[in-house]
Amino acid sequence: MPSPQTITEKILAAHSGRDTVRPGEIVNATIDLIVCHEVTTPPAIRMMAQMGVTKVFDPTKIVVTPDHFVPNKDIQTAELTKELRNWVKEQGIARYHELGEHGICHALVPEKGYILPGMTAICGDSHTTTLGAFGAFATGIGSTDVAAALTTGELWFRVPETIRFNVKGRLPHGVYSKDLILHIISKIGVDGARYCAMEYHGSAIAAMSMEARMTITNMAVEAGGKSGIMEADKVTTNYLKARTEEPYTIYRSDADAHYVATHEIDASALEPVVATPSLPSNGRFIGEIGHVVIDQAYIGSCTNARIEDLRIAAKVMKGRRVAQGVRALVVPSTSAVWRQALKEGLFEIFADAGCVISTATCGACLGGHMGVLGKQEVCISSTNRNFVGRMGHPEALVYLASPATVAASAIAGHIVDPREYLERPLRRDKEAGVPVGAIAGGGPGSEQEDYLWGV
Amino acid sequence: MGSVDTVIRGRAHVYPRAHVNTDEIIPARYLNTHDHVELAKHAMEDIDPDFVKRVQPGDIVVGGEDFGCGSSREHAVWALRKAGISCVIASNFARIFFRNSLNNGFLSIECAGFADKAKSGDDLEVDLAKGVIRNHTQGTEHVFVPLTPFVQEMIAAGGLLPMVAKKRGTVYNPAIVAVKPDVRVSQIAPAK
Repeated sequence: MPSPQTITEKILAAHSGRDTVRPGEIVNATIDLIVCHEVTTPPAIRMMAQMGVTKVFDPTKIVVTPDHFVPNKDIQTAELTKELRNWVKEQGIARYHELGEHGICHALVPEKGYILPGMTAICGDSHTTTLGAFGAFATGIGSTDVAAALTTGELWFRVPETIRFNVKGRLPHGVYSKDLILHIISKIGVDGARYCAMEYHGSAIAAMSMEARMTITNMAVEAGGKSGIMEADKVTTNYLKARTEEPYTIYRSDADAHYVATHEIDASALEPVVATPSLPSNGRFIGEIGHVVIDQAYIGSCTNARIEDLRIAAKVMKGRRVAQGVRALVVPSTSAVWRQALKEGLFEIFADAGCVISTATCGACLGGHMGVLGKQEVCISSTNRNFVGRMGHPEALVYLASPATVAASAIAGHIVDPREYLERPLRRDKEAGVPVGAIAGGGPGSEQEDYLWGV
Repeated sequence: MGSVDTVIRGRAHVYPRAHVNTDEIIPARYLNTHDHVELAKHAMEDIDPDFVKRVQPGDIVVGGEDFGCGSSREHAVWALRKAGISCVIASNFARIFFRNSLNNGFLSIECAGFADKAKSGDDLEVDLAKGVIRNHTQGTEHVFVPLTPFVQEMIAAGGLLPMVAKKRGTVYNPAIVAVKPDVRVSQIAPAK
């Protein structure tokens, strides 16, 4: 009988020709998926030349999209994407997503059905952990790793210890998976899961869509984690059915697998969470935040700019106007999300509210472009990281929250509890001149509410 | 690179705070290039704007807990190394920074609480063979977490790329820079 193992240990064992692996061991694992973008791959291209390598190990295991600075923000980034594009042609990589079909890589890869349960996936980007929502081992690495993996199809890993999170209950109305992960990080700290895999179980997770789950695994790195992982279930297989016919293997943790820690969380007891500057672990319930006036509200990034996120933000913003003095930016995560939002009329809602809508890009999340902050400006953001200087000037202040909280705050002009915006019947907004019918007895989730919102 | 100096000696630049992150080590606004010389001009800019002016070749950065957390940008390691830093000593490291530094044959030494005792400007000596850090200014000696055999092998090889090249029977030549993209365009047939 092999010793009991976690899902992560099983995947790493299967990819390194072993029956079992133990935390702390160094293994050389085969890689099923390498995701490339224009910031960390061009250095890897140069490194391959330095090793005398002319061909990647297997072009069919590579996915490429420019995402960080698209459309090119300056001459230097234009040169980076050109380098990436030329390399794609030279290597015959078919899964390249040019502008118009592009997206933030961690959002694009699942959407296209490229990530499958049981895979090992890497990308020179810390939020690669997102892909673990599919029951895959996915982690962020550096450019040297990218070069080594593109050359050999293998990479060294220290087998991580696993921390288990049992999330019972169900998220209340107006509370989202972003609030849950910000809460978890506030409990364990930005290095609470350093080097570890964060494994999620429980009824609250089971009730979530893949999109909501990805927000959780996305932020594993904000707790120092090597990966975030969830076992594939019916929700996972249904999501994949619509996108791919490729076969895959579902791994599950053994009942008596070893965890370095287990945390019990009751999702039902949560409220909207906001992480104050300048650590993602500064999460507090909305009631403790006080009156924080904002200059900018940013709905974007690989964390929270999928179609569900935009629907929630639109629900909050419909028939309302962004407060005077606030810039509200909506940055869909992929081109497909952009098209879907257009089709559903969400852009009209955002535009009527006074938002600026951009193409998919990592953009201002990392202070790249499309909404960079000035000195002492305050931003509430649906992104993942609020370190000093992250979104622009080192003295800018970034608050992290769910798309609902960001949207509601944009309307209020200061950070607010989104629940009143989700639950309160609409009023006529004279300033906006938008005639909106009020409803009687149309509480949250009621038919009237759904009819009124139309989303 | 290519071999491990058994002794590294340099002056300390101390940042005792926890979670010194890659956005501070090299801000994303400079990620529009991967030229190490350009990156080095902005090393530590958002935590210590004068760092680059003060740093001397061989100097050592000393940090607190979770040094290098945040983004996976290897640019953080390149910026520090090209600025003249010979190694980083911290209580512990965020995993991607740690990995990136080893992959580059650049030493990250774990020594809990060292940043609370060291002062900027202290004359430090890291003795790899003995596993100790000597603070010559303060006359103290500190034991650090020993390097694992795997890490020793990687550092001795000069990093991951020389290791991979050797395994494949090729030679790793860091002097090679990429062919200019505009030259390549004309050589490539358009994809069908």
